[in-house]
Amino acid sequence: MRRKVKVSPNRNFFSRSKLMSSTSSFFQMGQLAADKHVRYILMAEKEKEGIESVVMDHLRMNGAYWGLTTLDLLEKLGTVSEDEVVSWVMTCQHESGGFAGNTGHDPHVLYTLSAVQILALFDKLNILDVEKVSNVAGLQNKDGSFAGDMWGEIDTRRLLTTLLAANLDGGFGCTPGAESHAGQIFCCVGALAITGNLHHVDKDKLGWWLCERQVESGGLNGRPKKLPDVCYSWWVLSSLIMIDRVHWIDKAKLVKFILDSQDLDNGGISDRPNDAVDIFHTYFGIAGLSLLEYPGVKAIDPAYALPVDVINRIIFTK
Amino acid sequence: MHGRPRKASNPEDEEASAAKAVKLRVLQSQFMSNHHDKMYNSLFFCYRNLMIGSVSFRLLIICCLLDVLGFWASSYTKEAIELSTKLLEINPEAYTAWNYRKLAVEDTLSRIESDPDLFKSVLDEELRVVESALKQNFKSYGAWHHRKWVLSKGHSSTGNELQLLDKFQRLDSRNFHAWNYRRFVVELTNRSKQDELQYTDDMISRDFSNYSAWHNRSVLLSSLLARNADGFVPNQKIPEEYRFVRDAIFTDEDDQSGWFYHLWLLDQTVNVETPLLTSSWPSHGSRVNLSGSGGLNDSSSKLPSFCSESGSFPLILYFDQDVGGVSSSTVTIDSELKGNEDLVWEPVSNKSSEVSCVWVTRLKYTSTEPQKEYKVKLRIGNSPGIVSSRGCNFSSPYEFVFTAHVHDNVEGSQEGIVSWTDGFSNWDAQSVDLKSLVTFDQLNAHMDLNWRQEAIAEEIDLFRLLSDSKIGKLTLARLLVAEAMISDDAIKGVNYKEILKLYNDLMALDSSHYQYYKDEHTVALLHTVTSSTESLSRHLFQYSDMNNSVCLRLNKLSLSRIASVEKLLFVQMLDLSHNELHSTEGLEAMQLLSYLNLSHNRIRSFSALDSLRHVKQLRVLDVSHNHIGKHSVDTTRYLCSSPLSNSEWTQDEAGRQMPSLATKYWDAYFVLRDLNLKQLDISGNVIAGDEFSSFVTQVVPKLVWLDGQKVRS
Repeated sequence: MRRKVKVSPNRNFFSRSKLMSSTSSFFQMGQLAADKHVRYILMAEKEKEGIESVVMDHLRMNGAYWGLTTLDLLEKLGTVSEDEVVSWVMTCQHESGGFAGNTGHDPHVLYTLSAVQILALFDKLNILDVEKVSNVAGLQNKDGSFAGDMWGEIDTRRLLTTLLAANLDGGFGCTPGAESHAGQIFCCVGALAITGNLHHVDKDKLGWWLCERQVESGGLNGRPKKLPDVCYSWWVLSSLIMIDRVHWIDKAKLVKFILDSQDLDNGGISDRPNDAVDIFHTYFGIAGLSLLEYPGVKAIDPAYALPVDVINRIIFTK
Repeated sequence: MHGRPRKASNPEDEEASAAKAVKLRVLQSQFMSNHHDKMYNSLFFCYRNLMIGSVSFRLLIICCLLDVLGFWASSYTKEAIELSTKLLEINPEAYTAWNYRKLAVEDTLSRIESDPDLFKSVLDEELRVVESALKQNFKSYGAWHHRKWVLSKGHSSTGNELQLLDKFQRLDSRNFHAWNYRRFVVELTNRSKQDELQYTDDMISRDFSNYSAWHNRSVLLSSLLARNADGFVPNQKIPEEYRFVRDAIFTDEDDQSGWFYHLWLLDQTVNVETPLLTSSWPSHGSRVNLSGSGGLNDSSSKLPSFCSESGSFPLILYFDQDVGGVSSSTVTIDSELKGNEDLVWEPVSNKSSEVSCVWVTRLKYTSTEPQKEYKVKLRIGNSPGIVSSRGCNFSSPYEFVFTAHVHDNVEGSQEGIVSWTDGFSNWDAQSVDLKSLVTFDQLNAHMDLNWRQEAIAEEIDLFRLLSDSKIGKLTLARLLVAEAMISDDAIKGVNYKEILKLYNDLMALDSSHYQYYKDEHTVALLHTVTSSTESLSRHLFQYSDMNNSVCLRLNKLSLSRIASVEKLLFVQMLDLSHNELHSTEGLEAMQLLSYLNLSHNRIRSFSALDSLRHVKQLRVLDVSHNHIGKHSVDTTRYLCSSPLSNSEWTQDEAGRQMPSLATKYWDAYFVLRDLNLKQLDISGNVIAGDEFSSFVTQVVPKLVWLDGQKVRS
């Protein structure tokens, strides 16, 4: 039985009208077509014959995580069969403890993370043999530090080496000396956040670089002089939130950019207005709106990329 | 899928797509049935990268090739290698094929170790394949990685690498694979950093809007300046660089490429690596009145005094940057006060950290000999050990003296309510000297100021020409701040007036980043307020109800952040009500603070009050009429010390008794249980209510007043 999701103290804000001043401006710019997106996700999940689903067959675990988290953020997780999902996830687990991207494939840490995240959504982490899974995570380099961290296992020494790589703009690149990139910044800031090391970051310097990612249309790009993309609503925005500098961007303009990137006919969200939608950008769009406190979307945790109530349930009741 | 237009599909396309899907599915099934131990861990990459390749038609060809190739087989046949070449020239993203080549090369090399020529020719063939793969896809991780792998074998000539790179970098000057590979080759070949710097010169001259080149330039220059390479002295190079970046900024002021480089240069101009002491409490030459918890017995005295329940007072050192290693061996104290032989210095920061810009220790005092004065002398940095987080030593020993006047101990403690409206008297300039305002002017003594002042003055003149634009105004404001840092008081005053105006203009000009300019405006405003005894004393009062505590009222100034704290270490009572603050970050340095009013601000959560946990003296806190409980996103969730940020924690008795409330109000729980509050005001927040009030009274057992009501008698 699925345990009832605990309501966090902040959750009830949606039902109150305290935020009307800002919500009214949200509504002026068009609304989130939440029902259409839910339908799009459910369709995408069922669709197994099209060319896209065939080429993405191997990363179905990622897709499932993106889709299911989006559904949860929209309070629609109940529309999928929990038993079906959980038993499918478990068929992807290998002897070693790691998870594959789909039934029959090999295990990989990326999919192990997604599998764990999915089980967390359904409050089913108890069915995992934690030691076994974290052994797999521990073998990995980059991504493993994130997956392993659910159990507080992380190599902070490596993190501190990364810190020395802070650039002229306060950001982080792939390796010491490499140019700052918003995706990489998210990984570093997120890892520092969950290990309690954010005081090492020059928050003002990094914050200014990040807030200057907002372009005229309201969207965010990943590096100077690049095009805006809905997925950076996640990478940039969550980094800004973790270092408490999110007030430096114009949130209403970013909300508008994300809403403008919706496919209002068939559901789904794309990288930019009028481009083709996919589940990856649908997830990042909704997650971005969650970080922007868009009414009707549940709060998401900026570091773990799972709903706040799920993370609070795991961390504070363990 | 990035950058693919949204369009209605026509029936023919759909049919074609469906046909491809069927074929691909068949191929995939073949792969799955071929799946055995040998191909372990490569198939995913293969699939994934097939997906990334742009046209599905190409996928079919690749899949067929892979199948024919049979490279899951155990021997590395010539035929198979050739097939992998073909495959990679079509889709360089096929990781598995690169892996296969690596295994094949290793196998070949192990057999021909004695023949260096043959060895080299095998590796050269690999380089050729990579080059043609890169022509197909310049952004292939696999291809670049394979090239690094070949080069690291050490038998290939590296002479052509930079030429090849140059060719690619001309096509896409921002490609970070190429830049990363370039740094790799430079390292491998020991190419001089000066030559690389020249290369960024060329790239920037070709296109000044190349952020990647500017970035690489900052990396190279930092390293050249740090090791004092020939001709690389800051007083020559930095002014040259200002002139170099100028063209970029002035050609197109909206182009961000030069912005960050200019800001980096400004940092190099005013920041010294060596950590310096900024201020302290008590300050040099000052006199501190100390009394027991009951306060001074002479109630007519206007002297502010420091009372302590524990019979000790804090000694605060404030550095210009985070330092570690402050201890009783690096800071020696000669004191007539007894019982202070083994002082422990603590960083005012999260428990996990061993560095901070604020360090504190507590000196004990007893009033066995009333009315006695004691001299205390501090020597900082006499023996080495104080080191900045970047590894620079504190190298300027400093000493100062103050007098502690211990008064009669009066029994009793104060339980009255603090109203924030009555009991204030005007500041008596005679009673307290504001020596603490005079911060140590170590900076100027440690710098060669001339070239810095000249360079900044020249930039200021230039940027005045650009002061219609956003970046012009912002850079001008930053330059004026920098100039004020290294100039005398007269210039400081003039500059700050202009800085305030510039940030006001920017708020109107670039409204998307309004709050950034607002924050910078606040920093400048607080700097102005604390810049002189005169300006500060307009905000100072004494609170007669509580031992004439020094009260600073910075209410109704529309402050949005906290700054200039290093000059306010002496403040015991702080009124920040009716501002726009959303966090108390910075207040942790104010170790004397006992009363704090934050009512009518924009505090969103208790986690935003985390810094107050370090203020051990705090007894009265007013956070009424804020936004606590109103927002779903907590921007200080990961900045506060809690289980979320991996801190050690244990449930105390209160937490064990109400586990669900401790989870629901986790941030209040973690912050409040570490505070020793007697009075708390939380009304006017969404979170306030009966449930929360009863939770608070259990978490803070010593609380006497909650929202104006007496909790316990």
